[in-house]
Amino acid sequence: MNTATTTADAPKQRSFLQKVRRMARRQPLGAGSAVFIMLMLFVAVFADIVAPQDPLDMNFADQLIGPNMTYLLGTDELGRDIFSRIIYGSRTALQIGFIAAFVGATLGLVLGVTSAYLGGWFDLIFQRIMDVFMAFPLIIMALAIVSVFGSGTWNVIIAITIPFIPKCARVVRSSALALRDIPYVDAARASGFSHTRIVLVHMVPNVMAPYLIMVTSFVGQAILLEASLSYLGLGVQEPTAAWGLMLRGGAEQFFESAPWVAIFPGLAITLAVFAFNLFGDALRDALDPKLRSM
Amino acid sequence: MHKYLVKRTLMMVPTLIGAAILVFTLMHMIPGDICALRYAGTGGSFDANLIGICREELGLNRPLYVQFFTWLGGFFIGDFGESMWTGRAISEEIGVRAVLSLQVAVMATIVSVIIAIPMGTISAIRQNTWIDYVVRCFSIAGIAMPSFWLGILIMLGLLWTTQNWFGQAWIPPIQYVSPIEDPIGNLTQLIWPALATGYRYSAVATRMTRSALLEVLREDYIRTARAKGVIEKLVVNRHALKNSMLPVVTVIGIEFAFLMGGLVVTEQVFNLNGLGKLFVDSVTNHDYALTQALVMLVAFIFVCMNIVIDLIYAWLDPRIRYS
Repeated sequence: MNTATTTADAPKQRSFLQKVRRMARRQPLGAGSAVFIMLMLFVAVFADIVAPQDPLDMNFADQLIGPNMTYLLGTDELGRDIFSRIIYGSRTALQIGFIAAFVGATLGLVLGVTSAYLGGWFDLIFQRIMDVFMAFPLIIMALAIVSVFGSGTWNVIIAITIPFIPKCARVVRSSALALRDIPYVDAARASGFSHTRIVLVHMVPNVMAPYLIMVTSFVGQAILLEASLSYLGLGVQEPTAAWGLMLRGGAEQFFESAPWVAIFPGLAITLAVFAFNLFGDALRDALDPKLRSM
Repeated sequence: MHKYLVKRTLMMVPTLIGAAILVFTLMHMIPGDICALRYAGTGGSFDANLIGICREELGLNRPLYVQFFTWLGGFFIGDFGESMWTGRAISEEIGVRAVLSLQVAVMATIVSVIIAIPMGTISAIRQNTWIDYVVRCFSIAGIAMPSFWLGILIMLGLLWTTQNWFGQAWIPPIQYVSPIEDPIGNLTQLIWPALATGYRYSAVATRMTRSALLEVLREDYIRTARAKGVIEKLVVNRHALKNSMLPVVTVIGIEFAFLMGGLVVTEQVFNLNGLGKLFVDSVTNHDYALTQALVMLVAFIFVCMNIVIDLIYAWLDPRIRYS
C-alpha cells in the first residue's frame, strides 16, 4: 500500500534539484537574482574571511590609490581598502535591510489582517491613520524619525521600519478583506475561537503571498533608504563601513582625481537593490500574478 | 462638478489634521526636550537659565493642547514660527528656496514623462521582444540606482566629456540664477539634477504605462478598430493610449508630490540650496520648528496633488465629469 502510493506520486514529486532547475528555466532573471542574493549573503556573513584587508585600517601612505593588485578597487582618502569596505558594507546593508523589511512587513501584516477582520469603526479609523502615513515619502518620514531619535545603526532601522508598516498593512488588508467572508473563517468564529487565534491561525497564513512579496520589495527599498540616509550623514556613522557613507565626503571631494571612490560603492548599492527588485518581481509572478500592477 | 470639488477639498482636511497630530506627537517624543537638546549640543558649558528662556520663547511650558492649537492655527495665517537655528521666519526660509525646488520638480516631471510614455508604449506594443526587455531593465535599473549616485555619475560624465572634447573641465555652476534673468544659465545648472531625479521617477511611470496599455490593447474596441482597417499608429495613439492614461496620470501626480523626497538627496549632490537641502540641514541642526513645518508642507503638497489628479481625471474621462 505504502509503496503503491509512492510510485503513484513519484512523477509529481520532484527532487529539490529538479524544482530549482524548473524555476531557473521559467524565471531566468528571478533565479539569477536569487543566486546573486545568496552570494551577497555569503559574503556578508563571512566578511572576515572574504575581505582581503581590514576595512577600518587606514594607510596614510596609500591614500587615493587607483585599483591595483593589492587594493582591488583602490583606496579612499584615508587609505582604506575600498573592496574590503564594500564587502563589510554588504553586512551593514543586509542587516538593516532584512531587519527593517521583516519587522515592518510583519507588524503591517498583523495590523492589516486585524483591521480587515474586525472591520467597522476600528477599520475606518485605522484606514485614516494609514492615509496620513501614506502622505509622506519614505525618506521624509525616515528623516523626521531620525531627527527625533538621532542617527546610528539601530535608529536608522527604526526610522526605516516605521514607514514600512502602513505600506504593508494596506496591501495585506485588501487581500484579507476577501478572506473575511470565506466559510472557514465563519466556521472558526462559530466554534468560539478567540479573535487572536482566528487572525493568527486562520487568516494570516492565507495572505502570505502579498506578505512575502512586500518583504522582498522592502529589503531593496530599505537598502536604498539606508544608503540615502548614510549619504546625508544622518544614517550609519563612521567608521562603520556602509555603502551610502562611502559616497559621502571624500568621494565627492576627490571624484575628479579618484573616480573609483565614487563609482564602486554606488555600483554595489545599485546591484544589490537591482537583485532584490528582480527577485521580488519573479516572486510576484510566481505567487500572485494579480498583484502585478502593484 | 463644483460640488465634487468642494467635497474633495473637504476630504483633505482630516488627512492634514492627522498629519499635524502625527508630526506634533513625533516631535514631542524627543527624549528630554528641544531646548535641552539644543544646548546639550554646544558642549555643556551653558547657562542653565538659557534653557528656561528658550522654553519660554518656544512656549514649551504651556499645556500640550495649547501648543498644538497655536502651532496649527499659525498655518492658517501663514505663520509657521521661527527657525530655531537662524532665528528667521520659517515662511521666509521656505519662500526663498521654494522657487528653485519647484523648478527642479517640474523639470524632473517633464523629463520623466518624456522618458516614460514613449518607452512604456514601445515596450507594450513590442511585448516580449528584445526592445521590451531593454526597456524593462532600463526602468528596473532606474528604481535600483540611488539618485545621488546617478548625480555623481552625471557630474563625472560632464567633467570627463568637457575635459576630453573641449579641453576644459566644466561642472554646473553652484550659484542659482533666476530663469527670467538668465534662462540658459539657469537651464545649464538645473537640467542635471532634473535628469537625475527624473530618470528615477520615470521608472515607475514607464512600468505603469506599459501595463495599462497592455490591458487596453486587449479590449474589444481595439479589435474593432483594427478590424475596420484603422492603421496601427492611429489605433495606438487615438484609441489605446488615451484610454490607458488614467493610471499613468495618478502615478505621475503622486510622484510629483513625492519629488520632495528625491530632491532631499539630489540637491545635496548638486549643492543646490533648495527645500530638500533645507530639510536635511534642519534635521542636522536639530531645528525642530523648521523640520515640523517642512514635513507639514510635504503632506500639504501631497493632499493638493491628489485633488489635482482628480481634476485631471475628470478632464480626461467624461464619465467622471458628468456623473
